[in-house]
Amino acid sequence: MTTVPPSPAIASRPRHAPLVPRPCGAALMVADQAGAAALLTLAGAAPGIMSRTTVLLCAAGGMAGAIRAQNPARLVQIASTAELPAALDAALRDARMGLHMFLAGSEGLIGQARAIAMAAGLPAGAIQSEHRGTMARRMQCVHCKTIAEEVATDPYDCPGCGRALFVRDHFSRRIGAFQGVCVDAETPGERPRPVEIRA
Amino acid sequence: MTSLQLKLTRKDPLSPRITRFRFEHPRAAELPAFSGGAHVMVEMRDGERLHRNAYSLISDPSDRTGYEIAVQREDGGRGGSRFMHGQTRIGMVMNIGLPVNLFALDLTARKHLLIAGGVGVTPFLAQIPQLARLGAAYELHYAVRRREELAALPLLPAGAAVHVHVGAEGRRLDLAALLAAQPLGTHLYVCASERMIRAARETALAQGWPQEAVHSEQFLAPAPGEPFEVHCAASDRTLSVGAEQSLLEALEAAGIETPWLCRGGACGQCETAVLACDGSIEHRDHWLEPAERASRIMPCVSRFRGRLLTIDR
Repeated sequence: MTTVPPSPAIASRPRHAPLVPRPCGAALMVADQAGAAALLTLAGAAPGIMSRTTVLLCAAGGMAGAIRAQNPARLVQIASTAELPAALDAALRDARMGLHMFLAGSEGLIGQARAIAMAAGLPAGAIQSEHRGTMARRMQCVHCKTIAEEVATDPYDCPGCGRALFVRDHFSRRIGAFQGVCVDAETPGERPRPVEIRA
Repeated sequence: MTSLQLKLTRKDPLSPRITRFRFEHPRAAELPAFSGGAHVMVEMRDGERLHRNAYSLISDPSDRTGYEIAVQREDGGRGGSRFMHGQTRIGMVMNIGLPVNLFALDLTARKHLLIAGGVGVTPFLAQIPQLARLGAAYELHYAVRRREELAALPLLPAGAAVHVHVGAEGRRLDLAALLAAQPLGTHLYVCASERMIRAARETALAQGWPQEAVHSEQFLAPAPGEPFEVHCAASDRTLSVGAEQSLLEALEAAGIETPWLCRGGACGQCETAVLACDGSIEHRDHWLEPAERASRIMPCVSRFRGRLLTIDR
């Protein structure tokens, strides 16, 4: 498990922490393959919660059996984050205040799910997130606005406009993505060698 | 502290214990704007005594020609509300503090759930016209013990979304059911007795509402108590706080500068460091966290019992 310390410079850098049980009327848990283990830990710490919980697994077929064994009220499986908006809209449509959301997995999954839930009215204080698995980020190009999923290196090439983009810690809660900024605007062509994102 | 000299222009009884007061500028000038939930500090010169009580503004914030408040007479209180009911006369000019809002609406909310206990309806009387103008979703739940206490009903605009709960008629507010039925994005606002605020907060938090969606306001009146001694280290003076006096009033009487805003334990302005305490502080505020209570005091409402209290004033 990786808990990302907040960058002291960038206040918008999402903070993640291990999921902890909290009183709630109902729960919505969302995880990918790496994050599902965090849901199992949570279920172990709060056994009563699962009968009021909808679990949404994203590309985590290998964990479906273990999650099902916790007897959630509902288990929904989707193949990729592209299906996340429709699946979350369905899960949040009739939700009431008191719903608590638990997110576990990659920055991309967490950021996107949080943005959709907040757009549906869920307050930020009702959402917990635990980062597990890949360090890759969901990035938005600040120039052409193209979203790139699972960006693993800094800088990376924008799939929309082709610019080499510096991976910033600036994060948009509304869009659910980190911001990528042209790395060679001042000195065209002088691009640092891409390195793997490690935090 | 900036204040306005305003003329009392109307005094209308709303119920056996609640009277509405309207203040206007003596030369009919426009008054400073305020937002729903704001209160003003009303100064009352009662012979030797100076009362300062906070009252929520109840008039429509779009009405810049006057400020209205509603005062419930507290016969067992320290005298401020009795003065308002009994000693004020139409035409009198009084010192009214500028509006301060410690109970503002969160306009990011999808829906506003307003819960009023008795005279706690006052801040909502200014918020409802504001919400209606914004076209925002809201619901007022107005709970009283007996029907004659529903003093605010005639003051609500036509078509206001109001649900009345009269305890004596067996129609008590079912907080748990109400809170469990709210759509995502609802913010809860409670202005009521301490007991009702606690019940609403505890129910909401137990149901999973995050703190940020739960708002409450209750102004405390400084309760009388045993007289006590206080040493003010910065001014190097020792004061006696009388039984009917608050520590803040004693500091003011001695000319020791202390900032204040609500004088009711809610805003945090008068927070004061405790340097030494041989005895126990009776904390009565809604401001200090439990961990801060060993080293801080709110002089507006809190008192001391013991040998000597030393504060940083």
